[in-house]
Amino acid sequence: MNARHAISVTINGQVYAREVEARLLLSDFLRHELGLSGTHVGCEHGVCGACTVMFDGQPVRSCLMLAVQANGHALLTVEGLAADPNQLHPLQQAFRDAHGLQCGFCTPGFLMTLVPFLAENPNPTEPEVREAISGNLCRCTGYQHIVDAVLLAAQRGNLGAASRELD
Amino acid sequence: MKPAPFDYAAPDSLEAALALKAEHGDEAKFLAGGQSLVPAMNFRLVQAALLVDVNPLAELDFVWPDPAGGLRLGAMVRQRRLERDPLVARHAPLLFEAMPCVAHPQIRSRGTLGGSLAHADPAAELPVIVLALDARLRVQSAHGERWIPAADFFQGLFTTVLTPEEMLVEIALPALPPRTGTSFLEFARRRGDYAILGVAAVVSLDERGGCLQARLVYLNAGDGPLDARQAAELLRGRPPTPAAFLAAANHAAEHEIAPTGNVHATPAYQRHLARVLTRRALAMAVERARGGSDPASPA
Ligand SMILES: Cc1cc2nc3c(=O)[nH]c(=O)nc-3n(C[C@H](O)[C@H](O)[C@H](O)COP(=O)(O)OP(=O)(O)OC[C@H]3O[C@@H](n4cnc5c(N)ncnc54)[C@H](O)[C@@H]3O)c2cc1C
Ligand code: FES
Ligand code: FES
Repeated sequence: MNARHAISVTINGQVYAREVEARLLLSDFLRHELGLSGTHVGCEHGVCGACTVMFDGQPVRSCLMLAVQANGHALLTVEGLAADPNQLHPLQQAFRDAHGLQCGFCTPGFLMTLVPFLAENPNPTEPEVREAISGNLCRCTGYQHIVDAVLLAAQRGNLGAASRELD
Repeated sequence: MKPAPFDYAAPDSLEAALALKAEHGDEAKFLAGGQSLVPAMNFRLVQAALLVDVNPLAELDFVWPDPAGGLRLGAMVRQRRLERDPLVARHAPLLFEAMPCVAHPQIRSRGTLGGSLAHADPAAELPVIVLALDARLRVQSAHGERWIPAADFFQGLFTTVLTPEEMLVEIALPALPPRTGTSFLEFARRRGDYAILGVAAVVSLDERGGCLQARLVYLNAGDGPLDARQAAELLRGRPPTPAAFLAAANHAAEHEIAPTGNVHATPAYQRHLARVLTRRALAMAVERARGGSDPASPA
């Protein structure tokens, strides 16, 4: 039962090859095996959204996937969002400008949910934004400033430009 | 928390997956979207000796129009795909309308149609939809296959007729009869949360506009999708008027549903919701049956 599985995963454009136990959650793989601790873990049962990452272009809960399931797939985490470490992605910049975060614990999950949402719907209405973030909890902001940040980012446009996103 | 140790296999054919399940039975679990199974394993409410990951089985990810009318859906179709597929919008507007209510976008990216049906949560939308549409479910094992009507598939709280060897592989939704309208309504505290109560209505009209037949199926109103047959029978042969909707709604709410309440709602409140939502759902279904507004049809 403790057999290890060889996996190879592309994350933010870089290939990682590791051996993992079947029961290792994808969230723990990112954080503990690879040191990509930008992906946060709040509840480990799919409710809080803090662990959201992009998996083959789709937002998913990394706490509800096994690391072995990522074998051969391409992921984007918050670390891969901006074009380089000295820049912010336009959505991150809008979060900063509109006070879309306080403690920041929830922020990576919101960003990784909203980047694919905005790619599909670059000019959302406020109700559409609220629906898009229905699966992400924030204990600080009361959500209003997050909604403001998304609408600001949409208004500024240019959202696809910076990210090291893979398809 | 973390899951207890288990073995993992990701067979690349349905035959191989079924052979593993035949060999290991109840000790093994299929891993579909993992959106109900993995949280339960993280909490150690569920432990399995072996997970058979069926995500590589692309052959079970299909949405086909049935030449005989209706729609054929593979068990591994993601909920996210059902939410957007124009074929679903066209051939199964009831399913299309309910999809945004099934959990949150990130859950629907992974969660599958077959997984939700096999899980058989009384608060889930998809069991209600397939029952209201009289779907037929194809299940397969290493020894063969059988078709099961939705009405026989669900056996109570998180229970179906599937044997430990069987896998749900396909869902066939029949074509709707002529002059038929459908509607799904639920009340949840937040979009994507499990609803406090919900109802699917299917109404067929006769040539003079009377009600030929109706169906009312509820979620979170019993130990599985709850088919309120007596209430639906009250509508048969009657003109579809607000008074008829009220009578059906009251009957279902008072005599047929069996809500148990939860931390967010008392049973009395759930019955109240049933009265309100049933009237609205019936009115909307009838309007659509008459060829009125249908948000799901492409104009
Ligand atoms: C935060 C959160 C909110 C949610 N909200 C809702 C909601 O509002 N409404 C709702 O309906 N659901 C909701 N869900 C559940 C979600 O829709 C799941 O996707 C669904 O219940 C299970 O589908 P799955 O593909 O993820 O199955 P899995 O979790 O992989 O499997 C569930 C069970 O079914 C078995 N199984 C899976 N596929 C098959 C098959 N083809 N044949 C036989 N057995 C099979 C598995 O072995 C397991 O026992 C929510 C989940 C979360 C985490
Ligand atoms: S940690 Fe994954 S949803 Fe909360
Ligand atoms: S900013 Fe603190 S939880 Fe959202």
